[in-house]
Amino acid sequence: MAETYTFTAKDLKEIEKITAKYPDKLSAVLPALWYAQDKFGHSDPSVQQLVAKTLGVPEAHIRGVVSFYTQFYEKPMGRNVLDVCTCLSCQVSGGYDMLHYIEEKLGIKAGETTPDGEFSVQSVECLGACGYAPMLQVTNDKFVNHLTREKVDKLIEDLRAGKKPDFESNPMPQHEKGS
Amino acid sequence: MSNDWKSYKPMLVPAIRDLHDISVYEKNNGYQALKKILKDRKTWTPANVVNEVKTANIRGRGGAGFNAGLKWSFMPEPDGKPRYLACNGDESEPGTFKDRKLFEFNPHLFIEGAIIAAYAMQIDVIYVYIRGEYRPFIQKLQKAIDQACEKGYLGKKILGSDFSVEMYTHMGAGAYICGEESSLMESLEGKRGYPRVKPPFPAQRGLWGRPTTINNIETLANVPLVMQHGAEWYLDIGPKTHPGPVLYGISGHVNRPGVYEYPAGMDIMTLINEVAGGVRGGKKLKALIPGGSSTPPLRADMLDGVTMDSESLREAGSMMGTAGMVVLDEDTDMVDLIWRISYFYDHESCGQCTPCREGTGWLEKTLRKIKDGNGEMRDLDLLLAICHRMEGRTICALADAAAWPVRYSIDRFREEFEKKCKKTVYAVA
Ligand SMILES: Cc1cc2nc3c(=O)[nH]c(=O)nc-3n(C[C@H](O)[C@H](O)[C@H](O)COP(=O)(O)O)c2cc1C
Ligand code: SF4
Repeated sequence: MAETYTFTAKDLKEIEKITAKYPDKLSAVLPALWYAQDKFGHSDPSVQQLVAKTLGVPEAHIRGVVSFYTQFYEKPMGRNVLDVCTCLSCQVSGGYDMLHYIEEKLGIKAGETTPDGEFSVQSVECLGACGYAPMLQVTNDKFVNHLTREKVDKLIEDLRAGKKPDFESNPMPQHEKGS
Repeated sequence: MSNDWKSYKPMLVPAIRDLHDISVYEKNNGYQALKKILKDRKTWTPANVVNEVKTANIRGRGGAGFNAGLKWSFMPEPDGKPRYLACNGDESEPGTFKDRKLFEFNPHLFIEGAIIAAYAMQIDVIYVYIRGEYRPFIQKLQKAIDQACEKGYLGKKILGSDFSVEMYTHMGAGAYICGEESSLMESLEGKRGYPRVKPPFPAQRGLWGRPTTINNIETLANVPLVMQHGAEWYLDIGPKTHPGPVLYGISGHVNRPGVYEYPAGMDIMTLINEVAGGVRGGKKLKALIPGGSSTPPLRADMLDGVTMDSESLREAGSMMGTAGMVVLDEDTDMVDLIWRISYFYDHESCGQCTPCREGTGWLEKTLRKIKDGNGEMRDLDLLLAICHRMEGRTICALADAAAWPVRYSIDRFREEFEKKCKKTVYAVA
């Protein structure tokens, strides 16, 4: 059943600020969708409708955009989305092992959500962390690098308890040596 | 190449604590190149800045290696209406993870470079397009932009001059194709990232139909170095045909993966064995993907004396790309690897052109069949025929990027492919 979503006056102000960065409203579609998804957790058709109405852009256009970009969720997802990289450097560094371990641990396959709505798992393309493989990203936000089974166990435990991962900095190895 | 690299001090990402903070950056010669230009505008007219950058021969670090100053010179004369610079931080080519180092550790160098570029091309607005997956890095860059605005390096009447420019970040949302420059512009305009047919080129008709230049983040970070020390100085770093510092992203089967900064033209075996600590577990090297997934893999025996610059890599049978080097050890299954690369391109094809949309799908399906042990010898011919029908026949270079790794791997690792194929095309039982 589709819910109705609304923007508050404060939201509309924020979206106006976004729109001001561009010469036309159409160009604000991506940032406005991000704003909506951050607030509602997904970009399903009713969220698409709201964004369309707010920007004065045809709903069909918004739908086209949402379906083109993988980070926009066309339907509600688990509270935590684990995007496990299995591409190239991650593939040759155990990315699939980590994906399968997570699938086993949560009892779901990539592309599915746990029945309690806590976790969704996806196998994704290169996330730009090739030197820190295998790795995953949590709900379009922080990267968790150098995955091991232990690190995955801890991450899932933390996420269940509502604790999000911290930003992991990966300095240039050259710096550690040189100074 | 000698051992000079051992004494090389990084300049794009120097080892200075808290350099991301504007006051630290300023204390370390930050924004001096911009000041130098704005203080002496008779010497540093926009045209002269373009020329200096052109002479320095900064080869684009986004993959194509095009001379940045030459690209800037394609911008038409100003006509009083808006002109744009789009900075490409999409960084989605598998094996590439270097621009994020600038966002995290030295964002002001990039910002300063972009401001100088805007001055040289008389541009009013800069958009920085960054892949949506880099949200934490976008936040870091945004902080730096805010600081630069507060200090008067961005905004109206920069440092008291009559030169004004705004800088905005724009967050992508998960689409490799948006790194292609015309797709990037479509995405910035709020649409699906469908690459545009060229010509017209972006300098003629870019963002919102106005003249636009697109440069990679690392390319722009080289600009302040050139403007501060001069083109001649810059040309002395690495080979003259491909000069300057390079952020080498080394991943895969090495002991010390990571991003390293050294001059262009580094010896590949030195990078693998000395810089990155050699192949993991004492194993033998099998192959190298030198500059991201679209650059043809080179067998270990093809790497002797090859250096990381466009010319040497072309001679060796590959490309510099993004300098994202993926090191592969003797146990790597090349068929699995190439299948996964094909899966990537199939997933990322925007679907506009038939040869790409269908071709990437057929490459993936055929490779999957071989990888799963169901392939036949003639499938190798089929793969090569598909590559042939994709290359050079599409709107953008994604189709070529998808075809090359397949074509060259079959050529260079043919035995491995054949071993997985059934020896006959007929049913034998
Ligand atoms: C499929 C495809 C993907 C690309 N992805 C990127 C990218 O992620 N980042 C980038 O800087 N350039 C990318 N490029 C290259 C850009 O089109 C463009 O050449 C580059 O940003 C220009 O900047 P430069 O001259 O400073 O290198 C891509 C090209 C193609 C064909
Ligand atoms: S070559 Fe592929 S990615 Fe590029 S425009 Fe054509 S279909 Fe799209």
